[in-house]
Amino acid sequence: MKVELRSIHKYFGPVHANNNISLTILPGTIQGIVGENGAGKSTLMKILSGFIQADEGEILLDDQVITIHSPSDALKRGIGMLHQDPLDFPPMKVIDNLLIGQEGGLFPNKRKVAADIKKLANQFGFSIDTEAYVEGLTVGERQQLEIIRLLWMGARILILDEPTTGISASQKEKLFETLTRLASEGMIVIFVSHKLEEIETLCHRAAVFRGGLLVGEAIQPYHTDDLVRLMFGKPMELGSRLGCHSEENVVEIHNLEIEDPRLHIRDVDLDVKAGEVIGLAGMEGSGQRLFLRALGGLLATTGRTKLLVKGHDLTHEPYSSYLKTGVAYVPADRMEEGLIPGLTLKEHFILTGDTKKLFIDQEESLHRTKVKISEFNIKGRPDSYVEELSGGNQQRALLALLNEPLSLVLLEHPSRGLDLESTIWLWEKLKERCKTGTAVIFISSDLEQILHYSDRILVFFGGKVSKPMLAAETNVDQLGQLIGGKGFVN
Amino acid sequence: MEFNLILVGLAGVIAAATPIVFATIGETITEKAGVTNLSVNGTIILSAMTGFAVATSTDNLWLGFLAGAFVGALVAAIVAFSSITLKQSQVAVGFVLTLMCRDLAYFLGNPFMGLSGPRVPPAFEIPLLSKIPILGTLFFNQDILVYLSFLLIIFANIYVYKTRPGLSLQGIGERPASAYIRGTNVNKMRYIYTILGGALVGVAGPMYSLSVKAGWKGTISGLDGIGWIVLAIVIFGGWNPLRGSLGAYLFAFLQWLGLVLQTSLPGIPSQVLQVAPFPLMILTLLLVNIGNAEWVDRTIMGLPENVRPAISRLLRSMKTNPPSSLGVPFENE
Repeated sequence: MKVELRSIHKYFGPVHANNNISLTILPGTIQGIVGENGAGKSTLMKILSGFIQADEGEILLDDQVITIHSPSDALKRGIGMLHQDPLDFPPMKVIDNLLIGQEGGLFPNKRKVAADIKKLANQFGFSIDTEAYVEGLTVGERQQLEIIRLLWMGARILILDEPTTGISASQKEKLFETLTRLASEGMIVIFVSHKLEEIETLCHRAAVFRGGLLVGEAIQPYHTDDLVRLMFGKPMELGSRLGCHSEENVVEIHNLEIEDPRLHIRDVDLDVKAGEVIGLAGMEGSGQRLFLRALGGLLATTGRTKLLVKGHDLTHEPYSSYLKTGVAYVPADRMEEGLIPGLTLKEHFILTGDTKKLFIDQEESLHRTKVKISEFNIKGRPDSYVEELSGGNQQRALLALLNEPLSLVLLEHPSRGLDLESTIWLWEKLKERCKTGTAVIFISSDLEQILHYSDRILVFFGGKVSKPMLAAETNVDQLGQLIGGKGFVN
Repeated sequence: MEFNLILVGLAGVIAAATPIVFATIGETITEKAGVTNLSVNGTIILSAMTGFAVATSTDNLWLGFLAGAFVGALVAAIVAFSSITLKQSQVAVGFVLTLMCRDLAYFLGNPFMGLSGPRVPPAFEIPLLSKIPILGTLFFNQDILVYLSFLLIIFANIYVYKTRPGLSLQGIGERPASAYIRGTNVNKMRYIYTILGGALVGVAGPMYSLSVKAGWKGTISGLDGIGWIVLAIVIFGGWNPLRGSLGAYLFAFLQWLGLVLQTSLPGIPSQVLQVAPFPLMILTLLLVNIGNAEWVDRTIMGLPENVRPAISRLLRSMKTNPPSSLGVPFENE
């Protein structure tokens, strides 16, 4: 099956989200679609998968002009899309997830469907338990389920939107293996990502998007610098590590102990110097998030834990004491825990501003908001609702909301969902903080980032914590071993 | 008290719970689709009045039930239109409707106050089945409405959990976007299930005025409040038609217990026994849903290894969650 997009235009109000996009994809191809956030990749994929309709332009399947009315219509024609957050039904069983949308009689033949699915899953080496509940699966497993479902429903063109966010390294490997195999069987795989290295390892071809335009195409072998230049319109470089030279301890942790139904973290001792950056590595759920939350005053510690920030003993103190001492926490789930949907940017700045006054000083807050918006380069107006901002701009807003001065900033997955430019910008902002003596502790699943920006690294495995390692003296391989649980002493 | 008398009393409990079963299943279906119809209380009163008025005027019992269902469907259609099409708050619209329907019933029902109307034919025995000891007396010597409610419970459970459209119904309440990409017309189906659920709630009204509490007595008909209990039962019943129905029977049982105890415990003021079913109901339902609380999870972790799996499995099976998109309007971009 061949796909051809001809002169696609799509407008959202004044925004020209897709500007004259033409792209032909041949059978057996893994086509990469790359570009920074808001470049128009998702819009084009939504058009191809029937979620929205193009304002102008044509879609051709095997040289036939077609109109796609809805996602289910697209799937009937063999176009299936795997969404970043798999569109399934978490509280329901896997088997019921598969049956919804499958055509057939009043009483579905569950046994046959389960057998068919198991057979199909086995071909790809996936293990799918049809009686399990979807909410008990990891994001990676839900992706596998959704891929199998789409194939089972007859998809011959598979669109994947940022599929590697939130899945483990081994699941990613498995995913790439599967996609390569599907392409070798003559299917089309369209892989949308803002991560260049993924495009480079996986895709036969890559189309680069910027500002609603398709600015260029590349084929293997790629030249990273060329792709970066296409993506951003200019060469980009990761900023370097700041390097910490202070001797002053900002944070002192003694005998830290955290109990959780699943994990038990104990006897962690760590001193963090002013301006130091510490990266926490490990598979999701290994204890790094508990550790970070405990440091932020969001989780109670137990045992003989002693936690000092700037000399203040904060052990068992309420969260407000942490705030007063200048500890800030930036969560990964920006809309759930960080920002308040339904409030504007200005209202957020009002909430974090001077709380002693009863009445709001509208002009002062508007002024402060404008200053922050330009200082943090947020694409939005003071009266924009936070849920309308893109992921990158939400992250900028979160950083802009942090008080000054701070002693310690704790970040969960600070660059999740951000493109390269935003990530670089984020670290420049954090480094400015470090220069004023703020310590930074962050979690990331991106080892390169941890190695690149941290001074020291802690690796978590099943609640065990490694000794702090100097980032300059370790490498991806050594970290990978530790993350997999090899080399822990106790 | 004699054993047989208790049995007959319990059979009466089942009959008394029948309208609540209908209303609970109706509201459960509506909420499963992701729409909250808060007008249940008003709907039941208005449809009780309308059903009685129509049945009395036409001297046709079944037209009365039809009229009740129609009233329920109509009120539900207003809720559906304002929440699904106009995207207005379901809570606000439901509240206003429930108050309006109630007052409308008392106002419009005035001419029919105290009239004697038709009644649902009395209980009849089902051959063979009614001869089963205990169960026969309880379940198979009832009137036609009770038998219909049994069928409804069975049908609703099979429909929701075993059929393809039933799975889609769960899907649109859980995650409409996922249902949409699978080809479901989410808003159309929400309309259908809201109106269907409303019709079932509407049938509950005439069940009172033509059977359980026959006649129309205006403000003293004792119907006010039932609808709110129905809404609570739907929640504590975990949006499961069978569990909801058991909740309905429990409530009727507690009310009956109050009446029985009144005669044997003259020391307790009768008001206490009349009110007691409500807090007792809530306590029981809280207990049933104890698995939802986080502190319970934590307590279980501390239990000895040999009892823990059994208890946690039991709690897990009792655990319930509302449809994730209950009350959330859906737009496909």
